[in-house]
Amino acid sequence: MTGYLVRRLAQSLLVMLIASVIVFILLHSLPGGLVRAQLGLKASEYSVEQLTRAEGLLKPLPVQYGIWLLHLVEGNLGYSYKLNQPVSSLLISYVPRTLLLVGASTLLSIAIALPMGIWQGYRRNRADDHLLSASMLLLYAMPSFLVGVISIVLLSEDLPLLPSTSTAFGSGFGTDVDVLVLPILTLVAGNVAFYSRYMRSAVIDNLLEDYVRTAYAIGCSPRRVLARHVLRNSMGSTMTMFGLTLPYIFSGALIVEELFNFPGLGLLFWNASTQRDYPVLLGVVLIVTAAVVVGSLLADIGYAMLDPRVQYA
Amino acid sequence: MPRRAAAVLAGNSAPAARSGETEAGLPAKWLTDRLGAARQNKLAVAGLAMIIGLTLFSFVGPVFYHANETSTNLLLANQGPSSAHLLGTTPEGRDELGQLMVGGQSTLEVGFAVAILATAFGMGWGAVAGYAGGITDAAMMRVVDAVMAIPFLFFVVLLASMTTPSLLIIVLAITSVSWLSTARLVRGEVLTLRTREYVQASKSNGARHHHVIIRHLVPNVTGVVAVNGTLKMADAILTFAAIAFLGLSVPPPATSWGDLLTTGINNLFDGYWWQLWPPAIAIVLIVLAVNVVGDGLHDAVEQRLQRR
Repeated sequence: MTGYLVRRLAQSLLVMLIASVIVFILLHSLPGGLVRAQLGLKASEYSVEQLTRAEGLLKPLPVQYGIWLLHLVEGNLGYSYKLNQPVSSLLISYVPRTLLLVGASTLLSIAIALPMGIWQGYRRNRADDHLLSASMLLLYAMPSFLVGVISIVLLSEDLPLLPSTSTAFGSGFGTDVDVLVLPILTLVAGNVAFYSRYMRSAVIDNLLEDYVRTAYAIGCSPRRVLARHVLRNSMGSTMTMFGLTLPYIFSGALIVEELFNFPGLGLLFWNASTQRDYPVLLGVVLIVTAAVVVGSLLADIGYAMLDPRVQYA
Repeated sequence: MPRRAAAVLAGNSAPAARSGETEAGLPAKWLTDRLGAARQNKLAVAGLAMIIGLTLFSFVGPVFYHANETSTNLLLANQGPSSAHLLGTTPEGRDELGQLMVGGQSTLEVGFAVAILATAFGMGWGAVAGYAGGITDAAMMRVVDAVMAIPFLFFVVLLASMTTPSLLIIVLAITSVSWLSTARLVRGEVLTLRTREYVQASKSNGARHHHVIIRHLVPNVTGVVAVNGTLKMADAILTFAAIAFLGLSVPPPATSWGDLLTTGINNLFDGYWWQLWPPAIAIVLIVLAVNVVGDGLHDAVEQRLQRR
């Protein structure tokens, strides 16, 4: 197990490193360059040259990358020239909110999708299974912002129960929990549509296994077979799936944060991209990538713990 | 949107038992076989008809339906449906139905182009990595892992914000994330295929690497790749809509279903339902249709594998 962990950890670090190189190269191939993005089109030749020198942009690209990486290790992610703040302190205030949004919606979607998938697998090809499958497919085919808009129309306009923006959430945790409901619901809708579909097919596969027949033969009730045996065996693959879908969950958060004005990483990223605030763009991409890498690492470890048959060779 | 991941998982685990080898190895024959099998699936046929219908609507529709599709006329802004404008008008006074046709063109173009480009590139990358093995394989797949770890919408927004968006840029940006799952899938399949006798035989007969890859490996992964490619089209259309929602789409007067939908959302509280629901329904219909066809193809491939 230790060997597996170390190797998996090294692999994750390598993936992070490659991702950072890709993003770094992208940002340094900007048309007009980083300096023009800061100073604007009307800047004089002199000031452009001065800032180019000051930012160390005359050094060879690999050297620049090395310096940037060194700063990164020290926790220095650069300085936002639009928000006039260090990127690291921006991230510290925005990351927890997005993690809350992503974490709560993921947990909730798993809590809904697992029982639903088991039910559908158990009732395979009956009317209720077909109905659920069809509605999940419909949900899956909708752009996530459309789901959000429909939820706003239904729950914020027609029935004025919940606020349609989460701007107020910027003031801190614990206040205004109701602003979180619609964004989380929107994310959950998309995730459930996918996870339940996956869980259903995993359950159908598992119900054909010998151990299920054995469990029935020794007198287990269907409830016990499903809850004790099938659930655990189907969860492994869903766990892997969860690790693999993390990038999609964060992408979904970008849309939802923009739609509900939720002050998280996605909105920060989106504002930075319209203002060409490149240090922020770079910082956000790095931190979400890191979150994805760590998340899939945890999912893999969870899978290994769930399924003792996994070989660590 | 995470449907692609299902295919990724399949590629990752690469079960040795399921690789749809063709006897003849001819993609064309394979495809007609599969379409024949898919024809038994009524839902898939309906999906295919829907795709053809929406394509005709977008590309042939403007030949028959004439209205001010692209010209701005503020005197006609936000009008409800009437005999002159069957689906009303946009805030710019353009005909909504005409805009739907024009927007459908770019939407479908992006869908088809991304599916084809990403499948071709991912197939090449995966086949070479799986065939080469060793350090080349490891290096090539770590690149895939790395790009995949960057949440795709962030990556696409980054790419789109660096340039002036055009249809080509959008296709390239979506393709740059869309090819990854194909690469993983194909590599997984190739890893099991390359140990097969006929591949070994071909190699010992002195076949060159590119011959083995093109004649033996690529035709035999067509099955799974076709299913994956179909779903890619649906994902591309949804991603394009998301990009439009984020305001990084094609500049006007060009438009897309995602752009039209975004306009509808921005005017949500003015009661202009004709700006919201038609593009929403169009997107849902095309994504549903493509998914149903993909599922039908998937069943056809599986069925064939089970029969062997």
